[in-house]
Amino acid sequence: MNMGESFPILTVVTFLPALGIVLLLLVDKNRQLLVRNVALFTSLVTFLVSLFLYFKFDPGTGDMQFVELYSWIPSLGMGYHMGIDGISLFLVLLTTFLTPIAIWSSYNAVTEKVKGFMISILALETGMIGVFVSLDLFLFYVFWEAMLIPMYFIIGVWGGPRRIYAAVKFILFTMTGSLLMLVAILALYFVNQSYTGVATFNLLDYQGIQIPFNYQIWMFLAFALAFAIKVPMWPLHTWLPDAHVEAPTAGSVLLAAVLLKMGAYGFLRFCFPLFPEATIHFIPLFSILAIIGIIYGAFVALVQKDVKSLVAYSSVSHLGFVMLGLFALNMQSLEGSILQMLSHGISTGALFLLVGMLYERRHTRLISDFGGISKVMPVFAAFFMIVTLSSIGLPGTNGFVGEFLILLGTFRENWLYAAFGATGIILAAVYMLWMYQRVMFGKVDKPENQKLKDLSLREKLILVPIVIVIFLIGIYPSAFTSRMEASVAKLMETVNEKYRVEEVMPQVQPRRDFQIDESQLEVSTHSFGGGEIHRGQ
Amino acid sequence: MLDKVWLVLLFPLLGFLLNGLFGWKFKRGLINLIACGSVGLSFLVSLGVFLDLLKLAPEARHFEKVLFPWVVSGSFKTAFSFLVDPLSALMILVVSGVAFLIHIYSTGYMHDDPGYVRYFSYLNLFTFSMLLLVLADNLLLMYIGWEAVGLCSYLLIGFWYEKKSAADAGKKAFIVNRIGDFGFALGIMLTFVIFGTVYFTPILERAPEVLQYGGAAATAITLLLFLGAVGKSAQIPLYVWLPDAMEGPTPVSALIHAATMVTAGIYMVARLSALFLMAPVSMLVVAIVGGVTALYAASIGLMQNDIKRVLAYSTISQLGYMFLACGVGAFGAGIFHLMTHAFFKALLFLCAGSVMHALAGELNIQKMGGLKKHMPVTYWTFLMGTLAIAGIPGFSGFFSKDEIIWKAFSSAQGHFLLWFLGAAGALMTAFYMFRLLFLTFHGKSRLTPELEKRAHESPNKMTVPLIILAVLAVIGGYVGIPHLLGGGNRIEKFLEPSFGQVSKAVETHHSGGVELLMMIISVLIALGGVYLAYTFYIKKTELPKKLAERYRSIYTLIYNKYYVDEIYNAVIVQPLKFFAIICWRFFDVIVIDGSANGLAKLVGLIGNLIRRFETGYVRNYALGFVVGVVIILGYFMLR
Amino acid sequence: MPVPLGYYLGLAAIIFTVGVIGVLVRRNAIIILMSIELMLNGANLTLVAFSVHLQELSGQVFVFLVMTVAAAEAAVGLAIIVMIFRNRESVNVDNLNIMKW
Repeated sequence: MNMGESFPILTVVTFLPALGIVLLLLVDKNRQLLVRNVALFTSLVTFLVSLFLYFKFDPGTGDMQFVELYSWIPSLGMGYHMGIDGISLFLVLLTTFLTPIAIWSSYNAVTEKVKGFMISILALETGMIGVFVSLDLFLFYVFWEAMLIPMYFIIGVWGGPRRIYAAVKFILFTMTGSLLMLVAILALYFVNQSYTGVATFNLLDYQGIQIPFNYQIWMFLAFALAFAIKVPMWPLHTWLPDAHVEAPTAGSVLLAAVLLKMGAYGFLRFCFPLFPEATIHFIPLFSILAIIGIIYGAFVALVQKDVKSLVAYSSVSHLGFVMLGLFALNMQSLEGSILQMLSHGISTGALFLLVGMLYERRHTRLISDFGGISKVMPVFAAFFMIVTLSSIGLPGTNGFVGEFLILLGTFRENWLYAAFGATGIILAAVYMLWMYQRVMFGKVDKPENQKLKDLSLREKLILVPIVIVIFLIGIYPSAFTSRMEASVAKLMETVNEKYRVEEVMPQVQPRRDFQIDESQLEVSTHSFGGGEIHRGQ
Repeated sequence: MLDKVWLVLLFPLLGFLLNGLFGWKFKRGLINLIACGSVGLSFLVSLGVFLDLLKLAPEARHFEKVLFPWVVSGSFKTAFSFLVDPLSALMILVVSGVAFLIHIYSTGYMHDDPGYVRYFSYLNLFTFSMLLLVLADNLLLMYIGWEAVGLCSYLLIGFWYEKKSAADAGKKAFIVNRIGDFGFALGIMLTFVIFGTVYFTPILERAPEVLQYGGAAATAITLLLFLGAVGKSAQIPLYVWLPDAMEGPTPVSALIHAATMVTAGIYMVARLSALFLMAPVSMLVVAIVGGVTALYAASIGLMQNDIKRVLAYSTISQLGYMFLACGVGAFGAGIFHLMTHAFFKALLFLCAGSVMHALAGELNIQKMGGLKKHMPVTYWTFLMGTLAIAGIPGFSGFFSKDEIIWKAFSSAQGHFLLWFLGAAGALMTAFYMFRLLFLTFHGKSRLTPELEKRAHESPNKMTVPLIILAVLAVIGGYVGIPHLLGGGNRIEKFLEPSFGQVSKAVETHHSGGVELLMMIISVLIALGGVYLAYTFYIKKTELPKKLAERYRSIYTLIYNKYYVDEIYNAVIVQPLKFFAIICWRFFDVIVIDGSANGLAKLVGLIGNLIRRFETGYVRNYALGFVVGVVIILGYFMLR
Repeated sequence: MPVPLGYYLGLAAIIFTVGVIGVLVRRNAIIILMSIELMLNGANLTLVAFSVHLQELSGQVFVFLVMTVAAAEAAVGLAIIVMIFRNRESVNVDNLNIMKW
């Protein structure tokens, strides 16, 4: 924790995009190219700076690193507390890696209100990084909610024909969860205060307290609802296909790649260490929901007519794997889940990019409007193939390592879960390859498809880094797992230790009146003289 | 050389990358050089590895080479590391050798194809994948190769992707393989849970202590792994992809059938022989699946008129033999047959390709005939292959197949019924292969006049590999002459270190006399099959038709391949599709979205009702306010 | 002898009620505004009375607060009414239902 004095790199990474917004405000909105370049440049710089995190990261410890801790609103215990460990490190990197790609991909796609679009994306980036680096629950909540706003605009302003419906659905689903999470955060705050007497929102301070089981259950559920909607877990997933189908390409990419990960990340960062007993209590429920999600998502993806909604449903299936791995709670499954989050971000992000490129050319996403595209766009076909394979988890690509570790870890806990989960791998091959076949193979029988141009240099340059990462994770995953190991071990220790302690110790009787501090209430009502009215019983 | 074993993999991989990334700029000559040269170099390195291994004492023939770590997570560790022992050394030799010949052949066969570079880069990748599968020293690395050959088969079967049937067949191959891989993956997980490692060497060494003989764990692991083998090696019930795989270019079929793909299942079972020996139930399952498949696929082969399809079913049948051998514990015999089969099946397919090349892609043997005079080299080499696969003494197939049939009868796990399955299959094999030979090359020509004019011998690029393979198909069996005939059965002795205690498990308890008797019987069976084919298709050509008329229903049943594809479609594919639509249209749209939107509508409805109270007159609001105050005050006062 | 607390409260209640009824039944916006002033003054009277009764100064402080607010409110209210009159040529509140749904 003594790194607080050194260079505040996390703050820099988080707020560099915000600085970019300020720069953008100074640019004339009619100079679209300049606007785009400024945004791209900002996000690239952010990415480069964030790379330092990877190289300076100390894989030997599971503690938070690059910690920054300042007091913010001391009377309420709110602090400006940032830090990352092996779990959040890669999610931050994923965000900073994909944002420039998303921005660059929208050079041709977004032509209206470019400045607003770029500002939204950069604001979104700040929000997303903020969520991953916050260690103060209040700060976390601020970022969590703030991030919804730019996404709402991205879908609602630059989206497809049903964008308003999709945007509102997106906001309503997510808000429902987050409000309950807010309640749980406050409850946690007061519980902690009643135990320790200290008012704080600092996440790390909470990990020392023993929350009684029956409170844990409710708080866990409140947090879990927020996160499960975000993931999304079956049956709370229906906002996702709508949002994806309507969102512009860049929005879909970031939505799939990063926003969905926040749900899973939330489980790892909050639910597990704070409510270990509740976590263990809910393992069967969430594992089964995850398995249903895997199979259900795959089946529904199978019969989609729109490529984008097919990819969206495949996300439901892939995130089902992530959740299955999280709730198996062992080294392999947790590392697998984190890797799978990255992989899914990369490969699904890439799928959305590719679909977007097709859409720019044909202005349709219906599978039946395509056919034989391989013939006219061979380079595109090759990229699409690689990404498809990574999405179905071919060994040697990124998708495999995560999925396999998840299933391996799950198998150790419950072979039946793993067996059911593994059917998702078969189904993934079915829906992806069938889609690929209908889009890319066959004869070019539609005249509109005959003159499609193959990828431009810009588009190739967008896809190349993604392909590199696909193989990097697939062939040398140790570069990633080695940095997660200590943090994951620590997380498991927290969960297991608390669980074991609770098994032995008698249930601690908590103070009944933790919610409202009555003496304070009295003080505040006295001066108006009316306080006694309700209480005259 | 042993230390450089990774070069075996590097060359084809480089070939794939070079041709795949930059091939569109290259000239034909350079493409050929890269594609064939890489596999050729790989073969040379394999040869070096093999010879180096031979120099070592039999017990010391075990070498591991670690390149770099791969998936590492907690106690789960895997690496890119390779195992060279007699089994894998033999396999890389066969794989790279046969693949090299097929590459050479392809330069002639694919000459006019617009996807030339793509074809060769895939072919290199295919070879690379199979070599990786064979050289892997742990299950997970093997799994890469395992899935990658599935991928390559997908790419190559669907090579002519504009044809819907080709694209369908490729997809089918991949998906059916995935079903098998599902079992394989679960098998790997279970192995890890039980052994704590996925490396072959410790697993095989510790299997006898860790597992209980015939225990549930041993049975479960081996059956799961065997499911993978069933998918990859096209056994009942997952064989359906292989006949369709004919949609790819013919050299690809040769590659799939002979060297790079379907043999993977056999190899895996043989590699894990010590595990399988711990599970007698699984062994029995392997043997039965193998035996039944051998007979079943052969019976379908009897009626097919597509030259490649006949060969495809014959491959399924021959793979059945190999599993039969493994199932009775004769792993060495299985691998021996794998090797000889690689020679003669590659040969047969390449000959079929040569025929197609001459006849502009014609596949129907009923429309051929009399090709002997047009293409003598193809005819003679095809004849060698046919004699070998039919098990005629003196040719390679005889030694290996006879060994299997004998072991099915004699080994401790063997049984008369297993022998019977094998023997009956052998009869059919001889029959359908000679039927193919006679209908294609003998008799009167049934070609259309244009084809008659077109028919020609293939260029040297294609015939030279044929001749080399034909030589191998003839002499390949002489490394495994059984003791009975004065040979030393050198190959089984060579493979022995890889199978450890296996040879004791299948110790025969029959005398040489019985063995000789059985050998004579199987020779008679093979000759009987040849004679039948001769009668049917040379002497009394009207006989097949008559029989078909007579046993109409059986004929249609077999001719339509027992309707298995149709049954799978009706029982599995359609219901699942229907289920998917229910999930989406009913559950997603109506139940979940319905309730979400319904909630929104409910809120709207209530709002609509309540807003009636908002008249817009401030007085009304004030009145409400006053009434409210009065009520609240009244409540507290009168209480 | 000082006037008892109850008298003050009674008077305040009467003034307040007159104000309430005025707000509810009159149609002229200016009269309504005046009635509101009456209500405020009723409340002020209570505050002052209690202040004296309890020997506590905060009640009288509040009265000043209320008076200031009342003055501001009257100014704003009158301004609004003048604006409405300019637009609609009427200060009859029955014509003003623009706050409706």
